[in-house]
Amino acid sequence: MTTAVNRIDEGARRRVNAYGRTTVGEDELLRHPVYTRVLHGLVAICFVLALLSGLAVYTPWLYRWLTPIFGGGPLTRLLHPWFSLGFVVFFGLQLLNWILPMTWTSADSRWIRDIRAYVTNAETLEAEDVGFFNGGQKLYFWAIVVSTLVFLISGFPMWFPEAFGRLAVSIGYVLHDIAALVMLLGFIVHIYESTAQQPGTFRAMTRGTVSKRWAWTHHPAWYRESTGRDPRADYEAARAGEADRS
Amino acid sequence: MPTGLLQIRAISGHSGSVPGRGVHREEEVCKYIDVTTCIGCKACEVACVEWNDMPFRETTFDNTYQTMPSTAWNYWNLIKFNEHPRDDGSMMWTMRKDQCLHCEDPGCLRACPADGAIVQYTNGIVDFQQENCIGCQYCVSGCPFDIPRFNPATKKVYKCTLCSDRVGQGLEPACIKACPTGCLKFGTKADMLVIAERRAQQLREHSGFPNAGVYDPPSIGGTHVIYVLHDATKPEMYGGLPSNPQIPAAFTVWKSFAKPIGLFLALLAAPVAFFHYIAEGPKEPQPPSRRDVER
Repeated sequence: MTTAVNRIDEGARRRVNAYGRTTVGEDELLRHPVYTRVLHGLVAICFVLALLSGLAVYTPWLYRWLTPIFGGGPLTRLLHPWFSLGFVVFFGLQLLNWILPMTWTSADSRWIRDIRAYVTNAETLEAEDVGFFNGGQKLYFWAIVVSTLVFLISGFPMWFPEAFGRLAVSIGYVLHDIAALVMLLGFIVHIYESTAQQPGTFRAMTRGTVSKRWAWTHHPAWYRESTGRDPRADYEAARAGEADRS
Repeated sequence: MPTGLLQIRAISGHSGSVPGRGVHREEEVCKYIDVTTCIGCKACEVACVEWNDMPFRETTFDNTYQTMPSTAWNYWNLIKFNEHPRDDGSMMWTMRKDQCLHCEDPGCLRACPADGAIVQYTNGIVDFQQENCIGCQYCVSGCPFDIPRFNPATKKVYKCTLCSDRVGQGLEPACIKACPTGCLKFGTKADMLVIAERRAQQLREHSGFPNAGVYDPPSIGGTHVIYVLHDATKPEMYGGLPSNPQIPAAFTVWKSFAKPIGLFLALLAAPVAFFHYIAEGPKEPQPPSRRDVER
């Protein structure tokens, strides 16, 4: 079972990476290969479509704003489950792709405990034990995994109410809303963190690369792992170089 | 009544009373169903499909007198035949006309997310507007009486309109007009309640039904279709009439309060992020390059 699933992941990864290209310049590191970026793009498109079509039906305040995007209320109702299924499929592949780097470690628990310092920008450099993903990223990822399961389980009764009955729909309605709110909150934070809040992050998911400065600043343990060099020493050297130049 | 001023007071050469006479005296209308004098003739079923111009559909024979197991998207009115065992071992045969009860607090309307797909008129009639229906079927989940029916071909939900098109013109609903025994009546809610209470009293005092009463469930603010039952303490014996009909909390407390508050809190992340950026600024890669410092 596990090996069969692994084969799907490895096969897809190899094939998609072969079709695409990532140009890694000097002073840059490969962050996300083509397969990861393509999956992330597909997940993002499906998520936004499912979010907008879902919010249209979520509250009367948004109904008249959002249903025209999808061609009216009935089409919104018709399309929403298919957008969502697309999300589930592509996110499922991303889960296989990322399950190893997303595994929770003691460094992540420590990161969550020190989240106040992270939010207030108290430290300019991340702690040295922060790897490919930090605790916040992993928390978001696993929150999506759980929410997706809740969405799936609660969504099918709402999609096929005749088969599941009145009670299942009304319970599913509440669970679906809770999952949606968790995802929406996480999504807003995710967009902020990956753009305005951390310059240099967005291109990791578009062009696939990040600068070495970015890597030793935000993910020192990953920098050490991928370059074999000491993140703090390289940071100090770069700082000395900047001082010389000015 | 939209046409209240044109309500007919007298009709020449017309047998019976003037249809809808006096209805505009009070705005809230009501259908009265006396289960104890229904003979199960199904004239109301036929009148319903005829007036609403629905094709006579296939029926299902299941060894009862009932036309089909339950109402359908194009069959809104169904006499439910039930055999109820009495305490002494004998059987009691009940016939109840099943259709939308036009709740004062309609669960379908509360559950519906589509603007204008369900309306409630000031006279109490709850009406589906199919042109605004998106086919989500939340109304089915919100209804305590399992009334709305989905048509997979049109992806719209349908149910009894209490003949809003007839009532709007000062006529009684088609089923009322067809009833030969007078077990169906139509008028104001207050009038129908008086007649129903009087009939229930008669059943209690003279006909040996000590538990006879009126079904007008207060848990949903009453209904605009009321029943006189032989035994009002056991409405379930009339083919699944709930004794305490409830709208699921998902469509009341959750939908009215938790949902908007939850959305507000989740969306609050956007202004929080905006002001976080203004107050704390970004996390630049370190050390900032000279270019960054100059910028």
